[in-house]
Amino acid sequence: MTGTTSSGDGGRLALPRYVREDAGARTPVAFPDYRSTGLRAPLRTPVDLPHRLTEITGPVLGEDRVAPGDADLTLRAGGEAQGQRINVFGRVLDSDGRPVPGALVEVWQANAAGRYRHVVDNWPAPLDPHFDGLGRVVTDELGRYEFTTIKPGAYPWGNHHNAWRPAHIHFSLFGRAFTQRVVTQMYFPDDPLFGQDPIFNAIPPAARHRAVATFDLDRTQPDWALGFRWDIVLRGADQTPFETDDDGDVA
Amino acid sequence: MSEHVSPLVRDADGTNDRRPGTPRRGSGFLDGPHRLPTTPSATVGPYLAIGLTWPDGADAVAPGTTGEIWLRGTVRDGNGDVVPDGMVESWQADPAGRFAHPDDPRGSSSTAGFRGFGRSATPGGEYAIRTLKPGAVPDGEGGWQAPHVDLSVFARGLLDRVVTRVYFADEAEANAADPVLSGLTEQQRATLVARPTDDGYRLDIHLQGADETVFFAV
Repeated sequence: MTGTTSSGDGGRLALPRYVREDAGARTPVAFPDYRSTGLRAPLRTPVDLPHRLTEITGPVLGEDRVAPGDADLTLRAGGEAQGQRINVFGRVLDSDGRPVPGALVEVWQANAAGRYRHVVDNWPAPLDPHFDGLGRVVTDELGRYEFTTIKPGAYPWGNHHNAWRPAHIHFSLFGRAFTQRVVTQMYFPDDPLFGQDPIFNAIPPAARHRAVATFDLDRTQPDWALGFRWDIVLRGADQTPFETDDDGDVA
Repeated sequence: MSEHVSPLVRDADGTNDRRPGTPRRGSGFLDGPHRLPTTPSATVGPYLAIGLTWPDGADAVAPGTTGEIWLRGTVRDGNGDVVPDGMVESWQADPAGRFAHPDDPRGSSSTAGFRGFGRSATPGGEYAIRTLKPGAVPDGEGGWQAPHVDLSVFARGLLDRVVTRVYFADEAEANAADPVLSGLTEQQRATLVARPTDDGYRLDIHLQGADETVFFAV
C-alpha cells in the first residue's frame, strides 16, 4: 500500500488507520427493544485495539467465491421465482469516496411471501421451489454491484406482540481489511413497518436513511423489473501523512 | 489598500482564521477530509446460514497441510447457554507471521494453501477452524505481537459483530511482551488465551457473565 514502508521484520511500519464512525452514528451492539440482545450483547466496554497488521489486512475474496447464476436469484431449480422482480444495484465505496473494486458481496433474503428457506423458519407462508434466497456478486473496477431478485415479503417474529420485520435483504461485505468488515440489512423506501421494528430503530436516527434503498425509475427495466439503488460505504483508511516541509500549497 | 470587509461576516478582519464551520469567512476549501458516512451494521439474524455458508468455510488452510490444527471453542450467552445459531470468523498470519494479503508490507504469505480466513457456524454452540498456528507479528513500532488470531462473532441478538483475539497458552514469553495483552488485567488476559488440546487449541467465548470475554473496539 502507498506510504507503507518496512525496515525489516519487527521494524517500524507506517500503517493506515481505518476511521471509526462516532458512536452516535453507528448501530450499537445492544438495543433493549430487540430482546435477543439482552443475553448476548456484551455488557462491558470494549477495549480499544489499535490497528496493526492483523487489522489492516483481511481476507482476499472474489470471483472464486461466486458461481454462475449467483447474481440472479430469480432463477433456481430450473424455474422462475414468484414475486415482484427487482434489480438491486449500487456502489461500494469507502468513507473517502474511493470505490472498493473486486469486493465480495454476499446477500440472503426471504421469498416473496416472507419465508426463509431455513429449518427454523416454519411460519405458515409458502416456500417457493424456485427461490433459495442466496446471491453473491463481486464489485467491478468502479466498485459497482448489481443483482436481480424478487422483493422479499415482510414476516412476523416473536420479539413483541404483532411484531413484523420490514422487508429487507441481508448484505455481507469484507472490503480489503479486517476493520472494514460489515454485515447489514437493506430496507425498501417508505415501509410502514419501520416504526415498530427494533432492528431498524436500533440504528441512530441520523443514520437510518443509509440503510434504505431508493427507487430508481431510470434503472427500472420496462416490462421487466423495478430498480432499487443502494450504495454501501465501508470505513476508509487514513493514510499516515508523509513528513513534509511545505505547508500543503500546490501550484 | 485594505481588504474588503463584508458586513455579513462576523469578525471578518485580520483575526479571521478562515476556518469553515466557524462564524467567520471561510477559504472556500475544505480544511479537513470530506468523509462519507458509513453504512450502519445490522444483525445477521437467525437465517445467516442461507447466505454465509461455504463448503470450505472452516478451512483457513487447505486440509492435509503439514502442521494443521483445529481452533475450537463454545460460544455462550449471559445465562451460560450455548449460542447455536451464530458464526465465528477468523483472520490471522501464517507460521512465518505473514498475512495472505497484498497490504502486508513484507509481502504476502508464501505458505501454500493458506487463506488465513476461516468461517464457522456454531452448531451446538461450537465453532471449529482448521488452520496453522500463526507466528509472531511485528507491532509496527519495532516490537512484536505474540501469535494471535482475530475473531469476529456474529449472531442473532448482536446488532454488530463483536471482535476478540485468541492467544496461545504455550507462548507465555511472547504473551508477556505482547502490547495488547500487556494492557489487560490478568483476569482479562485469561479470557483470550487458548489451551492446547489433542488436535489444536480451545478457547470458549463468553458474550456475557462473570468471565465475559474481552472484546475489542477496532
